[in-house]
Amino acid sequence: MAKPESHIEVCDLTMKYGHKLIQQGLNFVVNRQDIFILMGGSGCGKSTLLKHMIGLYEPAEGQIMVNRESLWEVSSARRREMLQGFGVSYQAGALVSSLTLAENVGMPLELYTDLAPREIRELVELKLAMVGLSGFEDYYPSEISGGMLKRAALARAIALDPEVLFFDEPSAGLDPVSARLLDDLILELSASLNSTIVIVTHELASIFAIATNAVFLDAESKTMLACGHPKDLLDHCDNPKVQRFLRRGEMPVKQN
Amino acid sequence: MSEQVNLTVNNNLLLVQLSGDWSIHQPAVDRGPITRVLDESVQIKKIVVDGQSLGKWDSALVSFLFQLTNLARKKSLILDHQSLPEGAVRMLSLATAVPKSTGSSRKHTHWSFVDRIGLRVVWIFREFLRFVDFLGESLFACHRFVLGKAVYRREDLLFFLQDAGPSSLGIVTLISVLIGMILAFVGAVQLEKFGASIYVANLVGLSMAREMAAMMTAIIMAGRTGAAYAAQLGSMQVNEEVDALKTMGISPMEFLVAPRMAALVLMMPLLTIYANLMGILGGGLVSVTMLDLSWSIYFQQISHSVPLVHFTIGLVKSVIFGVLVALSGCYMGMNSGRSATAVGAATTSAVVMGIVLIIVFDSLVTILTTVLDI
Ligand SMILES: Nc1ncnc2c1ncn2[C@@H]1O[C@H](COP(=O)(O)OP(=O)(O)OP(=O)(O)O)[C@@H](O)[C@H]1O
Ligand SMILES: [Mg+2]
Repeated sequence: MAKPESHIEVCDLTMKYGHKLIQQGLNFVVNRQDIFILMGGSGCGKSTLLKHMIGLYEPAEGQIMVNRESLWEVSSARRREMLQGFGVSYQAGALVSSLTLAENVGMPLELYTDLAPREIRELVELKLAMVGLSGFEDYYPSEISGGMLKRAALARAIALDPEVLFFDEPSAGLDPVSARLLDDLILELSASLNSTIVIVTHELASIFAIATNAVFLDAESKTMLACGHPKDLLDHCDNPKVQRFLRRGEMPVKQN
Repeated sequence: MSEQVNLTVNNNLLLVQLSGDWSIHQPAVDRGPITRVLDESVQIKKIVVDGQSLGKWDSALVSFLFQLTNLARKKSLILDHQSLPEGAVRMLSLATAVPKSTGSSRKHTHWSFVDRIGLRVVWIFREFLRFVDFLGESLFACHRFVLGKAVYRREDLLFFLQDAGPSSLGIVTLISVLIGMILAFVGAVQLEKFGASIYVANLVGLSMAREMAAMMTAIIMAGRTGAAYAAQLGSMQVNEEVDALKTMGISPMEFLVAPRMAALVLMMPLLTIYANLMGILGGGLVSVTMLDLSWSIYFQQISHSVPLVHFTIGLVKSVIFGVLVALSGCYMGMNSGRSATAVGAATTSAVVMGIVLIIVFDSLVTILTTVLDI
């Protein structure tokens, strides 16, 4: 297997809202074609970290490197260019409520390509079909179910064939079967688009099923406690908080 | 023929050879030739797509394949492919895995001009019925509110009172003083010609008391508070907060509408009295500086020549204006659609409807009082 190539690097990152410290001392590398999981208890700053990685917030300290280029040491024009390769699906869906699904998915295509309306329409049909929403082109976000919203947001995230796909709790609020289908969909997409994937999730099932790497954030110590393949963490990490999280609160039996 | 697609017909088989780079950042490949070939050679039973000499590709390629698949399905042809990139095949099978949900897609019906007029009339009628419905419900809620049976939060009521009253004083002061000054100014220029400058006091006092104080305050409140009500209730609709209240057994009309309406109805007369004072002060300012009247003569003239009944009419009107502004704000908010644009539209409609209702009602009252000679 080829040596993994780093795609996004987080170096000594400190995140704050005003003076409120959220996390500090974050160091990890997301490799190309990784399925990278951000995990940790509720309110520990996973969504905040995601928003730093996609360039919405500027780090209080430290760097975010994309393809070995620091996101905040380049001009804003260059930064926008770098961010164009990112597709994001937000925790609350964040589709534009006054546009139909087709218009929502078509918007990035309209903005960033020179395609004719009919060609955009065909691409939109494809993307919606890929997430199983064929036929719902002319529905408004308020007229479809929560799970369909998540998938529609996914369709918008993949509109421009992104290099990196970010998901904030894609399967939260879905039934186990739909959550599983969504996991499969994400796996399938990462394989077919060759993209790197960064996911915020609490779903242990998904974590063990799809992750190739993960980082664990802690709300109390305000830093990361562990980084690595979830199965390795389960077997070898001896931090009690990580163990409790990965075992749903059940502590492992001491073996020696 | 584009050089990215090469077609070969061989008996009942159509070979589609793809080559070159496919990107969504360049114009899409025309499928016209394929459709034409299929239409011309009806003997074709099978399409084979060959991707041997493909270069770079992205969704543009998959979109092409997807449309081709749909076309083949429609014409019941067999579609086969060889040497396509694995990723593209996966994306294609993902897209074709879930069949198009039938019956869910929307028909874009085109209505004729006459149809549209008819639909519009029906819509207006429905809207009117809905408004009457709302009117009835809010009357009922207000009735319970007055009896003290309504379920609402006192803090909310206090907040709305604060917001509709003291917080509006600044803008009401500004506008009323200016209106008073304008009235005095316009009057002064005309009346001075006849040496009747003292009647500026009558003009300012009468117009403020009867019309301007109540009307200007109402219009300010329509733009300020009515719009805020519509926006608040509209975004609560968007977030399903209104539904949540209903499931908790709380009537949104009592919990949301009644306190807002009560706050405006209580505050409007107070604001109007204040606006009267400010307007008369403004008029006085102009009279004293421009017309050499003294403050005492100005006030004396007003108190002699403007009977209290005019102030009363103004006050009664202001209460009704308060009801109208609160009604249009709450009605538009509660019936807002569930999107950001819909909330914006609801807010605009609330202000427009509020102002229209105010002016229409005011004209009616003016005609009525003239006929009755009050
Ligand atoms: N805009 C903001 N301003 C100030 N503080 C914020 C803001 N957004 C989030 N926070 C705080 O930052 C912390 C982390 O929030 P964040 O949304 O990143 O948590 P999370 O890990 O995504 O939680 P969850 O799993 O529940 O979504 C929380 O304590 C929250 O109160
Ligand atoms: Mg979150």
